[in-house]
Amino acid sequence: MVEFALPQNSKVQPGKVWPKPAGSKLQEFRIYRWNPDDGKNPQIDSYHVDMEQCGPMVLDAIIKIKNEQDPTLTFRRSCREGICGSCAMNIDGTNTLACLKACDEVEGAVRIYPLPHMPVVKDLVPDLTRFYTQHRAIEPWLKTTTPEPVKEWKQSHNERALLDGLYECILCACCSTSCPSYWWNGYRYLGPAALLQAYRWLIDSRDEARKDRLDNLEDPFKLYRCHTIMNCAKACPKGLNPAKAIAEIKKLMVERLL
Amino acid sequence: MSPDKSGTRHFWQQRATAIANVPLVLFLLWFIISNLDATRADVVASVQNPFNALLLVLSFASILWHMRLGMEMVLEDYVQDERMLRTSLLLNTLFTAAMALAALYAILKMVFGA
Repeated sequence: MVEFALPQNSKVQPGKVWPKPAGSKLQEFRIYRWNPDDGKNPQIDSYHVDMEQCGPMVLDAIIKIKNEQDPTLTFRRSCREGICGSCAMNIDGTNTLACLKACDEVEGAVRIYPLPHMPVVKDLVPDLTRFYTQHRAIEPWLKTTTPEPVKEWKQSHNERALLDGLYECILCACCSTSCPSYWWNGYRYLGPAALLQAYRWLIDSRDEARKDRLDNLEDPFKLYRCHTIMNCAKACPKGLNPAKAIAEIKKLMVERLL
Repeated sequence: MSPDKSGTRHFWQQRATAIANVPLVLFLLWFIISNLDATRADVVASVQNPFNALLLVLSFASILWHMRLGMEMVLEDYVQDERMLRTSLLLNTLFTAAMALAALYAILKMVFGA
């Protein structure tokens, strides 16, 4: 059955309260810590950052903590401007990118956890292997049977416009890991991110493998575990709507059946 | 997991029965309310009206099929153990079949004189 409580070794304990730095505008950060090597349960450490001396975003704050207070704090980050998707984490109860979430949007202490319901590698770093495997499973590349043109595959402006709201996805996994259906059936349900990508290739005017792509999704679990809960659209830091893409795939499926 | 391994047929049937259920449930409500004060003979007489009998059979068919599909969805969502899932899906089907047979038997018994 579905598990409603965390296993004993995942129960989160109170952790260390780090000494407050000097400063007039202190903000508290309560951050999930877990180290695979020390055999202890996860814990919540409390840090304070002087926001007068820190950039506005949550990522700025945790980089400052790592640099100045606790070099063992572990998280992913790269572009720090919402285009690489590395710093996806659960901040103030919502999956989002630390680089796009402003500290002053949060009331009180900023609570930071790794993306939910994924295996944790360390601290805020989730293991996304399965997520990437699912993306690969929808074969996210152009598939054609006609001979390759000499110059390029052409596409009209209108055909290109169909990809708006889809091509922007940066595969940060905020949507999939916010989806209860993905929590319960993550091994069989592809999840919103992979399905949004699937739709992106289904409606690409240059792609010639629509039938195979739909065949590949014809299964009670891969696609139809979406119950339009809409957490995906709420969480997406790029403002995309994976639930709508999934509904469009279902429409293509039904049209094909009737 | 669904009988024919096709998610789309399941999805489509769930929507189709949902739409059919709107008028059928309204009919069922009307039928029940209009027979609230009726004697047994009155009820049997109105069931014997071929129009009513047909709609009653359709109502039970559509509602029970919809119930089976919906329950199947919930079981697939929450029951993770494969054997447990197969067993509960079978029980779900048997329960629906039992309900359908009981309803059909009751209606036919009234239509063909009881």
